Amino acid sequence: MTTKKRGFAQMLWDFFCSLKLSISLLIGLALTSIIGTVIPQAPVPPEYIQSISSAKLQLYDKLGFFDMYHSWWFILLLYLLTVNLVACSIKRLPRVWKIVSEPTLVMDESFEKSLALTHEFKMPGSAAVLKDKLTAFLQGEFAAPVVTEVNGDFHLFAQKSPYCRLGVYVVHLSIIIVFIGALLGSFFGYKAYVNIAEGSSVSAVESRTGQKIDLGFAVRCEKFAVAFYDTGAPREFRSTLTVLEAGKPVPGYENVKVIVNDPLTYKGITFYQSSYGAAGDAVYRFSVANRNGGQPVPVLAHENERVPLPDGSTLLISGVAPEVGADFPGCSGPGAKLEITRPNGEKQYAIVLLNPACRDFDAKRGSDLIFTFDGKDEKFFTGLQVAKDPGVWVVWLGCALMVVGICMAFFMSHKRIWLRVTNGRVTMGGSASKNPAGFELAFNELSGKLAKL
Amino acid sequence: MSSSMLFNVTTISYMVSTLAFMAFLASKNKTVGLAGTLAAIFGFVVQTTAIGLRWKESYDLGRGHAPLSNLFESVVFFSWTIILIFLIIDFKYKYRAVGFFVVPFALLGMAWAQLGLNSGIEPLVPALQSNWLLYHVVTCFLGYAAFAVACGISIMYLIREKQEDSSASSPAGGVIALFPSVKVLDDLNYKAIMIGFPLLTLGIVTGAAWANYAWGTYWSWDPKETWSLIVWFVYAAFLHARITRGWVGRRAAWLSIIGFAATIFCYLGVNLLLSGLHSYGG
Repeated sequence: MTTKKRGFAQMLWDFFCSLKLSISLLIGLALTSIIGTVIPQAPVPPEYIQSISSAKLQLYDKLGFFDMYHSWWFILLLYLLTVNLVACSIKRLPRVWKIVSEPTLVMDESFEKSLALTHEFKMPGSAAVLKDKLTAFLQGEFAAPVVTEVNGDFHLFAQKSPYCRLGVYVVHLSIIIVFIGALLGSFFGYKAYVNIAEGSSVSAVESRTGQKIDLGFAVRCEKFAVAFYDTGAPREFRSTLTVLEAGKPVPGYENVKVIVNDPLTYKGITFYQSSYGAAGDAVYRFSVANRNGGQPVPVLAHENERVPLPDGSTLLISGVAPEVGADFPGCSGPGAKLEITRPNGEKQYAIVLLNPACRDFDAKRGSDLIFTFDGKDEKFFTGLQVAKDPGVWVVWLGCALMVVGICMAFFMSHKRIWLRVTNGRVTMGGSASKNPAGFELAFNELSGKLAKL
Repeated sequence: MSSSMLFNVTTISYMVSTLAFMAFLASKNKTVGLAGTLAAIFGFVVQTTAIGLRWKESYDLGRGHAPLSNLFESVVFFSWTIILIFLIIDFKYKYRAVGFFVVPFALLGMAWAQLGLNSGIEPLVPALQSNWLLYHVVTCFLGYAAFAVACGISIMYLIREKQEDSSASSPAGGVIALFPSVKVLDDLNYKAIMIGFPLLTLGIVTGAAWANYAWGTYWSWDPKETWSLIVWFVYAAFLHARITRGWVGRRAAWLSIIGFAATIFCYLGVNLLLSGLHSYGG
């Protein structure tokens, strides 16, 4: 019974230690990941839902295809990969660690035969004298050797970058660190979104899951501006933000410029420029002048607002258009239609155009009041992505380790040189963990120099 | 002299190089093989100048940015990196026949860019106005290029292996005679991927860092991100396959070819067929 049990545990262990499992999991992850790039992910656009049959919809929904990177089976694959790489590392690391920490110091005859590169020299002098000479030689040309005396013979061992053998395990560890960072972020961080109209402030944001999150401070949008290239493509989206604590601006966080690729971070919470829009009530600027003389008087009006004029009339914007060039050739740009109610109740209609060439358009109407369009002050809101992710530095640590580990594993080689020194005779052996051809060249160069000693 | 003229010269040089490598395989004349490499070097120098000139031209237009911002520029840069990685491997290992299987990728890229893509210098949209653009694009494309070279070598491997199987007793003849042995090809495939994998890893990491800096999320399972991870998985499988019995050789060559197919989909398929955050065509 117990042997059967141990047999099962052993089987399970072997299963998780196998490289075939690693390859299958990597290919499995690669294949399944494709699904989420073909099927739209949550929030799924309603047009897509309408375009597929209900049976398909149910099936996809059951399999978690609409949020597949968070579905139980995809997460399970990631966990299996983690267990697999931990198990592989536990199994293989002790053997590799032994090579690093307890190097073979003595090259005896049988070990010599296992080496691909060996060379023998005849050298005058006693073993003790040669040993000192060769120790200095190795120190200068390769690395400081460890000297071991066996039965009057001397064995010299020198090595370079033994730790690169651990590169693979550094990569494995780095993947686990990235996962830990991602978990930290998902447990203790959030992603949210907020719109702030120019001149107003917010102290809470709404997370992607719909929860209201209190920031603990407030952010005020002083200004939003969008600039365009001459081609019409956007050049810059810029919010000017101020952080407020208890209603007062925080020094150093006043009028901070936030653009795409340059966010604002305060108390671990970062605000990213994401979108913008019109915040509703634009203010239109007009002037009214009397045909009989006198200075023009400025008039400010919102849409649907009746504004009194100096002579007792009232003005109401009855319509605005962003582009009137089609109706008024040569006057491209915005225009407005104004309804004027005279003190006697008579209604008049004036058309005003912003284009400088058509400023005097209303003068042709012949009324005693002449209106001009001076401009439009639009208020924007800025759309900010808000994120708090305490795990992000753990993720970067993992990424850095991964790159270092891959470079250790791919580009560095553990090079070892042994010398056996007897009276009048030296035997040299060498091995490298990578790039045998390159090491052979280095080995021959070293033995050439040694022969000339 | 304008950059577009120099790009024409580049395309012609790569065409000459491809033809020379083809003639080399047919004639087995070493001088012809050398001519192929020299044409590739000439094209590379001209292309480097052209990319630099285009960079300068963008500043003259008042839209100054590195020429890595749209599909035309990225395809041109991709063929530049393919030739770069090819020349490194050619100088180091001197297997001329590899050229016939790698230079055509660069030629194809240049021809497509010049005939089918809009080559106008566009101003940089806000999302791309960052130094990360340079680090991210350069690392990714160097990685892609190394995978292109590995794919060419893997195709050679499969041809050579098939030939050896069918004529096991007699030494390989014909065009194949100039191919390195399967063992060397398998090793070269591995070496090219050893260049590409760290670069792809760096490309994904710099992309994540940039996304975090610009949007506040280092990973959002956007199709481009996901496909880059798929490519990473395939080559990670390749690297593990090499130390597993039964997965060396033919299967490794197939994994390398599949990896490059995934790379091309990640680069072009995602932009042309799927929608997502990378819609500017980089």
